[in-house]
Amino acid sequence: MSDEQPERHRSRRSVRRTGRRTSVVGVIGELLLTAGVLILLFLGWQLWWNDAIMAGQQSTAASDLSAQWLEEGRAAHGDTPPPAPEDYGDPVVAPASFENGETFAVMYVPRFGEDSQRRIAEGVGLDVLNTTHLGVGHYPGTQMPGEVGNFAIASHRSAYGGGMHEIEQLQLGDAIYIQTQDGWYTYRFRDFEYVTPETVDVLAPVPHHPDLAPTDRIVTLTSCNPLYSTAERIIAYGVLESWQPATAGPPAEIADTVATWEA
Amino acid sequence: MYGALWRVLPGPVWLRLIMVLLLAAAVVYALFTWVFPWVDAIINPIEVTVE
Repeated sequence: MSDEQPERHRSRRSVRRTGRRTSVVGVIGELLLTAGVLILLFLGWQLWWNDAIMAGQQSTAASDLSAQWLEEGRAAHGDTPPPAPEDYGDPVVAPASFENGETFAVMYVPRFGEDSQRRIAEGVGLDVLNTTHLGVGHYPGTQMPGEVGNFAIASHRSAYGGGMHEIEQLQLGDAIYIQTQDGWYTYRFRDFEYVTPETVDVLAPVPHHPDLAPTDRIVTLTSCNPLYSTAERIIAYGVLESWQPATAGPPAEIADTVATWEA
Repeated sequence: MYGALWRVLPGPVWLRLIMVLLLAAAVVYALFTWVFPWVDAIINPIEVTVE
Protein backbone atom coordinates (compact mmCIF):
# COMPACT_ATOMS: atom_id res chain seq x y z
CA MET A 1 0.00 0.00 0.00
CA SER A 2 2.68 2.41 1.03
CA ASP A 3 4.77 1.91 -2.10
CA GLU A 4 1.72 1.91 -4.35
CA GLN A 5 0.88 5.53 -3.63
CA PRO A 6 3.90 7.20 -5.25
CA GLU A 7 3.27 4.92 -8.23
CA ARG A 8 -0.27 6.18 -8.61
CA HIS A 9 0.89 9.72 -8.11
CA ARG A 10 3.40 9.39 -10.87
CA SER A 11 0.98 7.85 -13.31
CA ARG A 12 -1.57 10.59 -12.69
CA ARG A 13 1.09 13.16 -13.47
CA SER A 14 1.99 11.47 -16.70
CA VAL A 15 -1.65 11.45 -17.75
CA ARG A 16 -1.76 15.16 -17.06
CA ARG A 17 1.28 15.73 -19.20
CA THR A 18 -0.29 13.81 -22.07
CA GLY A 19 -3.37 15.99 -21.67
CA ARG A 20 -1.26 19.11 -22.01
CA ARG A 21 0.30 17.85 -25.19
CA THR A 22 -3.07 17.59 -26.96
CA SER A 23 -4.12 20.96 -25.63
CA VAL A 24 -4.34 22.76 -29.01
CA VAL A 25 -7.26 20.62 -30.09
CA GLY A 26 -8.47 20.67 -26.51
CA VAL A 27 -8.52 24.47 -26.34
CA ILE A 28 -10.34 24.71 -29.67
CA GLY A 29 -12.91 22.26 -28.42
CA GLU A 30 -13.35 24.17 -25.20
CA LEU A 31 -13.71 27.44 -27.13
CA LEU A 32 -16.42 25.91 -29.30
CA LEU A 33 -18.24 24.58 -26.26
CA THR A 34 -17.95 27.99 -24.64
CA ALA A 35 -19.38 29.65 -27.74
CA GLY A 36 -22.34 27.28 -27.70
CA VAL A 37 -23.00 27.98 -24.04
CA LEU A 38 -22.74 31.74 -24.66
CA ILE A 39 -25.30 31.59 -27.48
CA LEU A 40 -27.71 29.58 -25.35
CA LEU A 41 -27.18 32.03 -22.48
CA PHE A 42 -27.89 34.96 -24.79
CA LEU A 43 -31.13 33.39 -26.03
CA GLY A 44 -32.15 32.71 -22.46
CA TRP A 45 -31.38 36.30 -21.55
CA GLN A 46 -33.26 37.73 -24.53
CA LEU A 47 -36.34 35.53 -24.49
CA TRP A 48 -36.89 35.12 -20.75
CA TRP A 49 -34.69 37.14 -18.43
CA ASN A 50 -34.72 40.48 -20.22
CA ASP A 51 -38.27 39.82 -21.44
CA ALA A 52 -39.54 39.37 -17.87
CA ILE A 53 -37.68 42.43 -16.60
CA MET A 54 -38.97 44.65 -19.40
CA ALA A 55 -42.51 43.28 -19.04
CA GLY A 56 -42.46 44.30 -15.38
CA GLN A 57 -41.11 47.76 -16.14
CA GLN A 58 -43.59 48.34 -18.96
CA SER A 59 -46.63 47.23 -16.96
CA THR A 60 -45.55 49.35 -13.99
CA ALA A 61 -45.14 52.40 -16.23
CA ALA A 62 -48.58 51.75 -17.74
CA SER A 63 -50.13 51.36 -14.28
CA ASP A 64 -48.65 54.64 -13.10
CA LEU A 65 -50.08 56.54 -16.05
CA SER A 66 -53.42 54.75 -15.81
CA ALA A 67 -53.72 55.57 -12.11
CA GLN A 68 -52.88 59.18 -12.83
CA TRP A 69 -55.64 59.47 -15.45
CA LEU A 70 -58.03 57.62 -13.15
CA GLU A 71 -57.28 60.09 -10.39
CA GLU A 72 -57.84 63.01 -12.75
CA GLY A 73 -61.21 61.54 -13.75
CA ARG A 74 -62.12 61.06 -10.11
CA ALA A 75 -61.09 64.62 -9.28
CA ALA A 76 -63.25 65.90 -12.12
CA HIS A 77 -66.46 64.27 -10.89
CA GLY A 78 -65.75 64.84 -7.20
CA ASP A 79 -66.62 62.42 -4.42
CA THR A 80 -69.96 61.48 -5.91
CA PRO A 81 -70.08 57.92 -7.22
CA PRO A 82 -69.81 57.50 -10.99
CA PRO A 83 -73.16 57.89 -12.76
CA ALA A 84 -75.07 54.76 -13.67
CA PRO A 85 -74.24 53.24 -17.05
CA GLU A 86 -75.81 55.26 -19.81
CA ASP A 87 -75.19 56.06 -23.41
CA TYR A 88 -72.38 58.54 -23.63
CA GLY A 89 -72.90 59.13 -27.33
CA ASP A 90 -70.14 59.06 -29.88
CA PRO A 91 -66.68 58.58 -28.39
CA VAL A 92 -64.39 61.53 -27.96
CA VAL A 93 -61.55 61.23 -30.43
CA ALA A 94 -58.25 62.81 -29.54
CA PRO A 95 -56.51 64.68 -32.36
CA ALA A 96 -53.72 62.64 -33.95
CA SER A 97 -51.09 65.18 -33.03
CA PHE A 98 -48.73 63.10 -30.94
CA GLU A 99 -45.01 63.09 -31.52
CA ASN A 100 -43.11 59.87 -32.11
CA GLY A 101 -42.58 58.15 -28.77
CA GLU A 102 -45.25 60.19 -26.99
CA THR A 103 -47.66 58.14 -24.86
CA PHE A 104 -51.37 58.78 -25.37
CA ALA A 105 -53.11 55.59 -24.20
CA VAL A 106 -52.95 52.50 -22.03
CA MET A 107 -53.95 49.09 -23.35
CA TYR A 108 -55.64 46.64 -21.05
CA VAL A 109 -56.58 43.14 -22.26
CA PRO A 110 -57.84 40.85 -19.45
CA ARG A 111 -57.18 37.76 -21.61
CA PHE A 112 -53.47 38.62 -21.66
CA GLY A 113 -53.31 38.00 -17.92
CA GLU A 114 -51.85 39.84 -14.97
CA ASP A 115 -49.51 42.77 -15.52
CA SER A 116 -50.29 42.86 -19.22
CA GLN A 117 -51.26 46.52 -19.31
CA ARG A 118 -49.00 48.58 -21.57
CA ARG A 119 -48.59 52.16 -22.60
CA ILE A 120 -49.41 52.94 -26.21
CA ALA A 121 -47.14 55.51 -27.78
CA GLU A 122 -47.05 57.04 -31.24
CA GLY A 123 -44.78 55.23 -33.70
CA VAL A 124 -43.78 51.59 -34.19
CA GLY A 125 -40.00 51.94 -34.25
CA LEU A 126 -37.63 50.21 -31.86
CA ASP A 127 -37.53 53.44 -29.83
CA VAL A 128 -41.11 52.65 -28.84
CA LEU A 129 -41.39 48.85 -28.92
CA ASN A 130 -38.06 48.04 -27.26
CA THR A 131 -38.12 50.50 -24.39
CA THR A 132 -38.56 49.82 -20.70
CA HIS A 133 -41.55 52.14 -20.25
CA LEU A 134 -43.55 51.85 -23.51
CA GLY A 135 -43.95 48.57 -25.39
CA VAL A 136 -46.96 49.10 -27.68
CA GLY A 137 -46.81 51.43 -30.67
CA HIS A 138 -49.50 53.13 -32.74
CA TYR A 139 -49.02 53.03 -36.50
CA PRO A 140 -48.73 56.68 -37.57
CA GLY A 141 -51.43 57.60 -40.05
CA THR A 142 -53.94 55.08 -38.74
CA GLN A 143 -56.91 56.31 -36.73
CA MET A 144 -57.05 57.20 -33.05
CA PRO A 145 -58.98 55.27 -30.35
CA GLY A 146 -62.72 55.53 -30.93
CA GLU A 147 -62.36 57.06 -34.36
CA VAL A 148 -64.24 55.69 -37.37
CA GLY A 149 -61.65 53.61 -39.19
CA ASN A 150 -58.74 51.55 -37.93
CA PHE A 151 -56.82 52.13 -34.69
CA ALA A 152 -53.77 49.99 -35.45
CA ILE A 153 -51.12 49.07 -32.88
CA ALA A 154 -48.08 46.79 -32.73
CA SER A 155 -46.10 45.04 -30.02
CA HIS A 156 -43.64 42.22 -29.46
CA ARG A 157 -44.91 38.68 -29.17
CA SER A 158 -41.73 37.43 -27.50
CA ALA A 159 -38.80 39.26 -25.89
CA TYR A 160 -38.65 42.96 -24.96
CA GLY A 161 -41.63 42.70 -22.63
CA GLY A 162 -43.87 40.88 -25.12
CA GLY A 163 -46.88 43.21 -24.93
CA MET A 164 -48.86 40.80 -27.11
CA HIS A 165 -47.32 37.54 -25.92
CA GLU A 166 -50.74 35.91 -25.40
CA ILE A 167 -52.38 37.37 -28.52
CA GLU A 168 -53.24 33.94 -29.93
CA GLN A 169 -55.34 33.21 -26.83
CA LEU A 170 -57.94 35.89 -27.64
CA GLN A 171 -61.46 34.51 -27.96
CA LEU A 172 -64.47 35.93 -29.74
CA GLY A 173 -65.89 38.80 -27.70
CA ASP A 174 -62.84 39.30 -25.46
CA ALA A 175 -62.48 42.90 -24.33
CA ILE A 176 -59.64 45.13 -25.48
CA TYR A 177 -59.78 48.23 -23.30
CA ILE A 178 -58.03 51.38 -24.38
CA GLN A 179 -57.73 54.08 -21.75
CA THR A 180 -56.85 57.64 -22.68
CA GLN A 181 -56.98 60.92 -20.85
CA ASP A 182 -60.53 61.31 -22.24
CA GLY A 183 -61.94 57.97 -21.14
CA TRP A 184 -62.29 54.27 -21.83
CA TYR A 185 -62.84 52.66 -25.22
CA THR A 186 -64.12 49.09 -25.11
CA TYR A 187 -63.33 47.01 -28.18
CA ARG A 188 -64.44 43.40 -28.61
CA PHE A 189 -62.13 40.92 -30.30
CA ARG A 190 -63.61 39.53 -33.49
CA ASP A 191 -61.10 37.50 -35.53
CA PHE A 192 -57.52 36.67 -36.42
CA GLU A 193 -55.66 36.84 -39.65
CA TYR A 194 -52.19 35.55 -40.52
CA VAL A 195 -50.30 37.53 -43.12
CA THR A 196 -46.84 38.11 -44.54
CA PRO A 197 -44.86 41.02 -43.06
CA GLU A 198 -45.43 43.27 -46.07
CA THR A 199 -49.24 43.09 -45.94
CA VAL A 200 -49.77 46.73 -44.97
CA ASP A 201 -53.39 46.61 -46.13
CA VAL A 202 -54.36 45.30 -42.71
CA LEU A 203 -53.76 48.85 -41.48
CA ALA A 204 -56.25 50.42 -43.93
CA PRO A 205 -59.36 52.09 -42.42
CA VAL A 206 -61.22 49.12 -43.93
CA PRO A 207 -58.59 46.34 -43.78
CA HIS A 208 -57.63 45.04 -47.25
CA HIS A 209 -59.81 47.68 -48.92
CA PRO A 210 -57.77 50.90 -48.94
CA ASP A 211 -60.22 52.40 -51.43
CA LEU A 212 -63.31 52.01 -49.23
CA ALA A 213 -64.61 54.63 -46.79
CA PRO A 214 -64.87 53.21 -43.26
CA THR A 215 -68.09 53.07 -41.25
CA ASP A 216 -66.90 50.90 -38.32
CA ARG A 217 -64.61 51.81 -35.47
CA ILE A 218 -62.10 48.96 -35.25
CA VAL A 219 -58.85 48.14 -33.50
CA THR A 220 -56.07 46.12 -35.14
CA LEU A 221 -53.36 44.42 -33.11
CA THR A 222 -50.29 43.24 -35.00
CA SER A 223 -47.48 41.03 -33.71
CA CYS A 224 -45.10 38.27 -34.73
CA ASN A 225 -46.09 34.82 -35.82
CA PRO A 226 -45.27 32.08 -35.06
CA LEU A 227 -44.10 32.57 -31.50
CA TYR A 228 -40.30 33.13 -31.40
CA SER A 229 -40.26 33.73 -35.15
CA THR A 230 -40.72 36.73 -37.42
CA ALA A 231 -41.71 34.84 -40.57
CA GLU A 232 -45.34 35.98 -40.45
CA ARG A 233 -47.58 38.47 -38.67
CA ILE A 234 -50.58 37.64 -36.53
CA ILE A 235 -53.37 40.20 -36.84
CA ALA A 236 -56.21 40.51 -34.33
CA TYR A 237 -59.23 42.63 -35.17
CA GLY A 238 -61.72 44.10 -32.71
CA VAL A 239 -64.76 46.34 -33.02
CA LEU A 240 -65.64 49.24 -30.75
CA GLU A 241 -68.51 48.31 -28.46
CA SER A 242 -68.82 51.30 -26.17
CA TRP A 243 -67.15 54.35 -24.79
CA GLN A 244 -67.30 56.08 -21.42
CA PRO A 245 -65.68 59.29 -20.27
CA ALA A 246 -62.91 59.32 -17.66
CA THR A 247 -65.32 60.81 -15.13
CA ALA A 248 -67.43 57.62 -15.31
CA GLY A 249 -64.52 55.52 -14.07
CA PRO A 250 -63.15 52.32 -15.58
CA PRO A 251 -65.34 49.60 -17.16
CA ALA A 252 -66.84 47.22 -14.59
CA GLU A 253 -64.85 44.17 -15.72
CA ILE A 254 -61.50 45.72 -14.86
CA ALA A 255 -62.59 48.18 -12.17
CA ASP A 256 -61.08 46.06 -9.39
CA THR A 257 -57.80 45.57 -11.22
CA VAL A 258 -57.54 49.22 -12.09
CA ALA A 259 -58.19 50.19 -8.49
CA THR A 260 -55.34 48.02 -7.30
CA TRP A 261 -53.01 49.82 -9.69
CA GLU A 262 -53.12 52.82 -7.40
CA ALA A 263 -51.66 50.91 -4.44
CA MET B 1 -7.93 25.92 -20.86
CA TYR B 2 -10.42 25.11 -18.13
CA GLY B 3 -8.10 22.37 -16.94
CA ALA B 4 -5.38 24.96 -16.41
CA LEU B 5 -7.79 27.10 -14.43
CA TRP B 6 -8.64 24.14 -12.25
CA ARG B 7 -4.92 23.48 -11.59
CA VAL B 8 -4.16 27.12 -10.83
CA LEU B 9 -6.87 27.33 -8.16
CA PRO B 10 -5.55 26.48 -4.69
CA GLY B 11 -7.11 24.40 -1.97
CA PRO B 12 -9.05 21.15 -1.80
CA VAL B 13 -11.59 20.07 -4.38
CA TRP B 14 -14.64 21.48 -2.55
CA LEU B 15 -12.98 24.89 -2.23
CA ARG B 16 -11.99 24.92 -5.88
CA LEU B 17 -15.53 23.92 -6.83
CA ILE B 18 -16.93 26.87 -4.88
CA MET B 19 -14.43 29.22 -6.50
CA VAL B 20 -15.26 27.92 -9.98
CA LEU B 21 -18.98 28.38 -9.33
CA LEU B 22 -18.39 31.92 -8.03
CA LEU B 23 -16.32 32.74 -11.11
CA ALA B 24 -19.01 31.35 -13.39
CA ALA B 25 -21.65 33.41 -11.56
CA ALA B 26 -19.55 36.54 -11.96
CA VAL B 27 -19.12 35.87 -15.68
CA VAL B 28 -22.87 35.29 -16.18
CA TYR B 29 -23.62 38.48 -14.23
CA ALA B 30 -21.27 40.49 -16.43
CA LEU B 31 -22.79 38.97 -19.56
CA PHE B 32 -26.40 39.70 -18.48
CA THR B 33 -25.63 43.20 -17.28
CA TRP B 34 -23.30 44.60 -19.88
CA VAL B 35 -22.42 42.25 -22.72
CA PHE B 36 -25.85 40.96 -23.80
CA PRO B 37 -27.58 44.37 -23.85
CA TRP B 38 -24.70 45.64 -25.97
CA VAL B 39 -24.84 42.67 -28.34
CA ASP B 40 -28.62 42.97 -28.52
CA ALA B 41 -28.35 46.57 -29.65
CA ILE B 42 -26.05 45.78 -32.57
CA ILE B 43 -27.50 42.55 -33.95
CA ASN B 44 -30.49 42.54 -36.28
CA PRO B 45 -33.60 43.69 -34.42
CA ILE B 46 -36.70 41.55 -34.15
CA GLU B 47 -39.28 43.02 -36.51
CA VAL B 48 -42.91 42.80 -35.47
CA THR B 49 -44.61 45.40 -37.63
CA VAL B 50 -46.15 45.22 -41.07
CA GLU B 51 -44.39 47.55 -43.44
